[in-house]
Amino acid sequence: MDSRWLTAYGPLVRAQVRSQAQYRASFVIDVAGSVLFGVLDVVAVFVLFRVSKTLAGFTFADVFLMTALANCAFAIADLLVGNVERLRVYVRSGLLDAVLVRPLGVLTQLAVMDVAARRVGRVVVAVGVLIVAAVNAGLALTAARLVLLVVAPAAGAVIFSAVFVGTASVAFWWIESGELGNALTYGGHDFTAYPMPIYGTVFRRLLAYGLGFAFVAYYPALALLDRRDPLGAPAGLGYASPLVAALVAAAAGLCWRRGVRHYRSTGS
Amino acid sequence: MTVIEARALRKEFVVRVKAGVLRRESRVIAAVDGIDLTVSRGDMLGYIGPNGAGKSTTLKMLTGVLYPSSGVVRVCGFEPVPQRQALARRIGVVFGHRSQLWWDLPLRDSFALLRHIYAVPAADHAARLSRCRKLLDLDPFLDTPVRQLSLGQRMRGELTAALLHGPEVLFLDEPTIGLDLVSKQAVRSFLAGIGDAGDTTLILTTHDLADIERLCRRLVVIDRGRIVHDGSLDELHARYGSRRRVVVDLDAPLVTPLALPDVSVESIEADGRRITYALEGGRTTAGELVRRLAELASIRDISVLEPAIEDVVARLYADRDRHGAGA
Repeated sequence: MDSRWLTAYGPLVRAQVRSQAQYRASFVIDVAGSVLFGVLDVVAVFVLFRVSKTLAGFTFADVFLMTALANCAFAIADLLVGNVERLRVYVRSGLLDAVLVRPLGVLTQLAVMDVAARRVGRVVVAVGVLIVAAVNAGLALTAARLVLLVVAPAAGAVIFSAVFVGTASVAFWWIESGELGNALTYGGHDFTAYPMPIYGTVFRRLLAYGLGFAFVAYYPALALLDRRDPLGAPAGLGYASPLVAALVAAAAGLCWRRGVRHYRSTGS
Repeated sequence: MTVIEARALRKEFVVRVKAGVLRRESRVIAAVDGIDLTVSRGDMLGYIGPNGAGKSTTLKMLTGVLYPSSGVVRVCGFEPVPQRQALARRIGVVFGHRSQLWWDLPLRDSFALLRHIYAVPAADHAARLSRCRKLLDLDPFLDTPVRQLSLGQRMRGELTAALLHGPEVLFLDEPTIGLDLVSKQAVRSFLAGIGDAGDTTLILTTHDLADIERLCRRLVVIDRGRIVHDGSLDELHARYGSRRRVVVDLDAPLVTPLALPDVSVESIEADGRRITYALEGGRTTAGELVRRLAELASIRDISVLEPAIEDVVARLYADRDRHGAGA
């Protein structure tokens, strides 16, 4: 891919904001709604810890940090590529043909053409919550941990983006694939927000390691908190998040390419 | 200069047909079944055929949307699918059924975005836009969101959008579908202007044969994935026996019937005072027919009916149904 989409990105995003702002009431409600959702995730943790003092050996501060990391990663991914799930609309309506006759990548166009400006609000809230959670956890911030605190949400965002893209790709083969995608994206977000030991073995192997979800918040949080993994993983595994993110992204990219290839050999 | 070259172009689709409660059978169908096509720069080519003949599939292979199953295709020197993005900058595509504009944005903003997507220099963009604004009369609705435009207005916007990057080839997939007569005329005369300028190649699929008569010097008829005619409109008429007709009104019925080569009587009405002659082949001209007739009777009125392309095409499609009854 060349850098042309970068020059196109700014104007496209601005245009998208303008078109969404046309429906003013709906825009305001959307922004408010996405902020509220971000806050609700945190509230859920509060509620949980009113019932129990610890969760799989983790305190409120620990889990709050995991939730905040997961939330931040998800909000960024949702902003950047959340609307690739609209792929099935494009495939069904044949609009994908129109996308294919423009001189930009298919994924770039889908991500940018419908970028949901309202999701910016959620990112801002998520970053704020992460700062609060980090302070609340009383992290002993070394230089390495400070870098991790910034890198982890980015790597997590890449992992979620890969899941968005990978699950959206299914629509190339199977148009009615909406719920499957949501289960892994929105469901995956909830999964990553809590410590991995609370999940059953099969579930955990599949999602935490198979899809790399453990590297969104759990392992980075352990590294930040300087805690050992009750499951016995080596210390400092959280620093491997970018590597895992790269692998997951490569796999998703492969799915997407195969999907485009499939579409172009079969049509809609 | 050749802009489009296709050799033995073929596209197969696998369709699954129900063959029992759960069982499904796969069948391979060739939507495009070996097409050879050479298009030179500046051509205005009408690509017609009944529904399902393979028009859109061909267009998709030429624009880089679909892979051919086999065969060779080059557009502007590019292999459409592998070099899709490079090709995209050299071609314009208008889909009559689908909008390429931003639904919620004013037309003006869609045009501005396309400038960024195609990385068109600002001056070129402005010059092309101002020409389209004038020729297509866009100014009254340039600031209206696309969703509020009428179909005719929107289509004028789509045409502009497809031309702002100065494409060498313009593909139009049913550009006049659903338009009212006035809008159709506007679109046609605009396209005719582009064709007359001579540097843009136009490929047009349509079901509206008036589009073809007005715009296309060359007509390619495709049927069941194969080209059944490639030539001018006149050649099509000659080949499928479409006939010019001469209708004469006489003061009194003819006493002796007129016998001329290549002339046949199609109908006799009004007690023999109105005769419709059909001219086939070229051995007798309409002028000669009238001259010979004037020697035999006094003529009150004459009209010459040009063959209608609808008739030819209807005949062509009907042929197909007869031959293809088993398919």
